[in-house]
This record gives sequence, structure tokens and C-alpha cells, in this order.
Amino acid sequence: MAELAYWEALRRAHDEELAHDPLVIAMGEDIGVAGGTYKVTLGLYDKYGEERIIDTPISENSYTGIGIGASMAGMRPIIEIMSINFALLALDTLINAAAKIHYMSGGRVQCPIVMRTPGGTAHQLGAQHSARLSRLFMGTPGLRVVTPSTPLDAYGMLKSAVRCNDPVIFLEHESMYNLKGEVPDEETFRPLEGAEVVREGTDITLIGYNYSVHWCLAAADRLAQEGIHAEVIDLRSLKPIDRETIRRSIEKTHRVLVAEEDEAPVGVGSEVIAGIIEDCFFALDAQPVRVHAADVPVPYNYSLEKAAIPDVKDVYQSALKVLGKV
Amino acid sequence: MKKIDRKRLLREMVFFRRFEDRAFEAYMERKIGGFLHLYSGQEAVATGVLEVVQAEHGVGFDYVITGYRDHIHAIKAGAPAQEVMAELYGKETGSSKGRGGSMHIFDPSVRFMGGYALVGQPFPLAAGLALACKHQNEGRIAVCFLGEGANNQGTFHETMNMASLWKLPVLFVCENNRYAIGTAIQRSTAVIDQYKRLEAYNIPASQHLGQDIEVVMEAAQPAVDHVRSGAGPYFLEFLTYRYRGHSMSDAGAYRSKEEVAEWKQQDPLQILAKRLIEAGELTEEEFKAMEQAVQDEIDNDIIKFAEESPEPKVADLTKYVLDDNPDPRWIGPLQAQGGRQHG
Repeated sequence: MAELAYWEALRRAHDEELAHDPLVIAMGEDIGVAGGTYKVTLGLYDKYGEERIIDTPISENSYTGIGIGASMAGMRPIIEIMSINFALLALDTLINAAAKIHYMSGGRVQCPIVMRTPGGTAHQLGAQHSARLSRLFMGTPGLRVVTPSTPLDAYGMLKSAVRCNDPVIFLEHESMYNLKGEVPDEETFRPLEGAEVVREGTDITLIGYNYSVHWCLAAADRLAQEGIHAEVIDLRSLKPIDRETIRRSIEKTHRVLVAEEDEAPVGVGSEVIAGIIEDCFFALDAQPVRVHAADVPVPYNYSLEKAAIPDVKDVYQSALKVLGKV
Repeated sequence: MKKIDRKRLLREMVFFRRFEDRAFEAYMERKIGGFLHLYSGQEAVATGVLEVVQAEHGVGFDYVITGYRDHIHAIKAGAPAQEVMAELYGKETGSSKGRGGSMHIFDPSVRFMGGYALVGQPFPLAAGLALACKHQNEGRIAVCFLGEGANNQGTFHETMNMASLWKLPVLFVCENNRYAIGTAIQRSTAVIDQYKRLEAYNIPASQHLGQDIEVVMEAAQPAVDHVRSGAGPYFLEFLTYRYRGHSMSDAGAYRSKEEVAEWKQQDPLQILAKRLIEAGELTEEEFKAMEQAVQDEIDNDIIKFAEESPEPKVADLTKYVLDDNPDPRWIGPLQAQGGRQHG
């Protein structure tokens, strides 16, 4: 089993799927000759040529639409959008076309596209390069939304996403590309649905997705030093959300916290907690808590940026609060 | 070009006119809901262009896509007229099983890839269909019909740039009916002649009158040949006119009676009928009989089918949101596959 960086895992998935099926193509800004802003398509242009690794102009709405049109005619495009902020320009074609065509054609036309895009705060990138926007996509019927948090899921879920007949929004994070993890040497697929218990515990459930899973795991380490056993769930998929795994965990721990880098209003945490109230209200021994970003455009200044975005310490302290320890 | 069967083309256009008239009546009877954008007055464009596109490979070989004024494009592309009318009625037998409605007719069995209610959205989708045609290399092209109002969307400019850069086999057909919803072209568009805008994208383009189907076909032939040869996109602009308002909710008060009457002097059905009668290929009586036969066919066959078709089942409300038969190997759920435990 090899240890791969998140970006290498994505690159391997691209390579294998391009080799597997001639109908798979990749499209995006700088993904070809330049090798990709985050190196995810490095070397693939030389291997597969400009017809399959397509450098696009800076025209997000229309190149995404071109990918969708191609998918309607049988192609399997992987569309990279350099930052999720730019995906706002493609929302018309993603939300009004890709998400709806299967339905409004009465099931007669499918749009098997994957839109890969990183979000999140990295290093003082300012408001227009730091958005997350997960909630926009998870609120749209007709899309699948996945949030791989490890190289294994990045690799195995991208392969599954390419073979899935639905449009899949594949949310990455600018701070995760160099994260390392083990990926089996043999071809592996990871399903697009289902949350995963990534750490077993009995005292509290910490729920995260994408980058915030890593805060939850680190917070669980600190809680363990105080004899508190936290269970950590990686949501993996925001659409659909695996409510069953969450319910089972809460029936064991009776306390829950949802950690996310997205803002709270109309956020992922709101939805998860609404589901918890509906599914297992009487299993709760304390009120569920959200750890989330401040409801502000992300500021440039380092201290302000840090204050806007939660981290391990916030998850740890909020967990103590849920447990009644502060 | 194959010898043109002008009588058949006339009958098709008479059928398209009557189809829209009958849809208008059904809307007034509240049997059709939502928005209804009718095509009457513009018949020569879709009929003529698609006749040329289909001449070589037949119906359903190439991809066709358009905006919300889509009934006639769908039928000419090969979608059964019964199913198009049933879709307007919202029935399970409709082209989109009642889930799409007037603006979202789909028939992938003849590669009619939809009508879209977002102005300008079909431009990139058409280019994408053309990209797939290029990859699959089976000689297909994509044909995109849109009104001139769509040309003021960003998608027009973005798509023309990429279609030209990548030499995509796509034919853009601009149906310039002078009004973007209710705003006249001279009040919304800095360049009145749409074909001139394509110079900026290095795409060959030409402008023609769109009321005489023979003029339309003559203009379309070299454009289709150009696209099919692999030389890249072509942009055809046809000057035409819709007789009714933008949709059923629009009485068209922004236009003068004189203007409408003037365009009706160039009615595409009358132009062709008159020519055939003068050439001795058709008598007045035969033309009247043709109109009656079409009317009977639409009433007895098309409307009857739509009215007698079943409604979609409410129990099927959530069908077609996602793939109805997803492959569990890719989809999951994780737990059923023995999710990996770590940490």
C-alpha cells in the first residue's frame, strides 16, 4: 500500500479512468499544458493529448455547459473549476441544467459530469478566493455532493463519480492537497453515499466533512488525553446525508457536535442537526452544537481570518461545553 | 442538394401552424398550463434548416437543441407530434413524461436534446454536443436554434470563442424575430445585424430572409456543408417574425398593428403555396384540402391522443431526480460495503 498525497490520489484516479474509458475527458483552466493549479492533472496532457485534457479559456459558465452538453451525448467529463468561488459563474448551467435535465426530460437524458473544485480558506486569500459554498449545492435536487477528506476517498470517490450517471459536485479543499494517506495499490472504488465512523468513541459524536474531519480527529486526540472518548464521523457525502450512521452514533454517545468551515446560517450543520432532532431527539442528553465560520466575508488580515474560521481548539472547547465540562 | 419535395414541405409548415393554433386553443381552454411560446410566423426557418441537415443522413442523426420556443423544432427533428402535444398537456405519454412542459421538450431517441427556458443556456450545451460529435467521429453535427435576444448573454460570447478555437461541428441558427421578449432589437442590442458579431470570433456567418423556405434552404446548404466538413462552426442569421406575443401572457402591445400586418404579407406558408399554385404544382382546391386534412389529423390524432393520455402518477413524483438504477458499486452506501474503520 502506497502513501499518496491527496493531489496524487486524484491524479491517479484521473489517469486510471482516462485509461479505462475513451469517453472520459477532463476540462478546466490550466489543467493541460500547465499541469493543473494543484498538479492534479500533471503529466496527463502529454499522455492523453489535447483532445482529452482540455485547457479552457476563463469562461466557467460556458465550459461547464460544454462539459454538460458533451455528457448528454455520452461523454464522461471531469470538469475542474480552479476555485469554488468561480463556480458561482457556472451555477446557471450546474443548477439549471445539469441538476434538472434528467428530471425535466422524464428520465430520458442523463448528465454524468463530475465538477471538481477546491474551496476553503488557505493563506490569506481574501473574500473572493476563500468561499466554501457547500450549502448551495446540497440544497439543489438532482446533484450529488461529495466531500472526500482523505487521499483514499479522493481517489476512490473520484473513480466512482466518473462512473456514476448523475452530476457529482466533488468538493476539495485548498489546504488538503498535500495531506498524505494510504491508498491500496490495487484499483479501489469508494462509494458516493454513506458517512463513515473514522474514530470509535462513547462520550460524544463529532461530525465533520472535508477539512473539518481533521479538526475533529485532532480534537478527539486532545479529549482522549482527558479521558473523554469522542466518536468522529466523516459525512463524506452532503447529498444525500447518511442519517442512519449519525443516528446510530448518537444513540451510543448521546451528545453531538457538528464542525464545519462553512458559515452557519442555512449551512450543512443546520441541516445535520435538523435531521438529528427529527431522528433521535430523545437519545440526546445535551443540546447539539455547531462549530462554524463567522457570518462574514473572509477577511484578508491574518488575525481576522483566523477569527473568522474555526479550528481544532474551537472543536475541542465546544465539545467540552456539550459535555458540561466548562 | 436533393430535389426538394415542395408540396411535402408546404404540408409540414401547414401542420406546424395548425399545431400551434390548436395549442393556443387548448391553452385558452385551460388544458395547457404554464408558459406557452408559439412559433407561428417563423416556420420556414426550422423546417428549411432541418430539412437540409437531414437530407444526407436522415431524421435523428444529428443533435438538435433550442430554447423555450421549441415545439416545432422538436417535431421537425423527429419527435412524434402526439408526444409533443401530450407534453403540453402534462401527460405521462408526453415527450418528457409530463415533467418538462412546453419549454422542456426532449427526445433523445432522435437526438433532440431539449428546449431550455434559460435564455442563452443552449449555446454551451450545443457546443458540448458538438465536442462529443468530434470525439466520437461518426460524422454528426450539432444544430442550435436560438433567438437574437440570446446573443446578449455571456454564454454567446464564451461559447463562440471556444467553438471557434476548437473548430467544433456546430451550426448556430439565429432566429431574429426582432424582439427579445417585449424589447425591440434596436432598444436592446448595439449591433443590429447579428451575423456581424461573429467576425469577432472568426466564425463565418451570414444573414438571410427567413420567410421563404427555399431561401432558407439555399442559405443553409453551404453552412451545413461547412460544419460537416470539419471546418468548424457556422452562424446563420434569419430575419423572421413571430405573429403572437412572446408567450401567451403577452398580447404584444409593444408592436404596431401595421408592423404585424406587414410581416404577414410575407407569410412563409403563403409564399410557398402561391409559388406552387403559380407553377401549376398545386391547385387552390388542393391547398384547401391539404389544410383540411391537416386540421383533421391534428384534431383526431394529436389532440385526441393528448386528451386521452393518462396523467403521471403522483407516486412517481421523485422518480428521475437521480439515476433510477444506480450501480451500487459506485454509489454505495458505504456501510453496506463494509466501510473501513480507522483511527
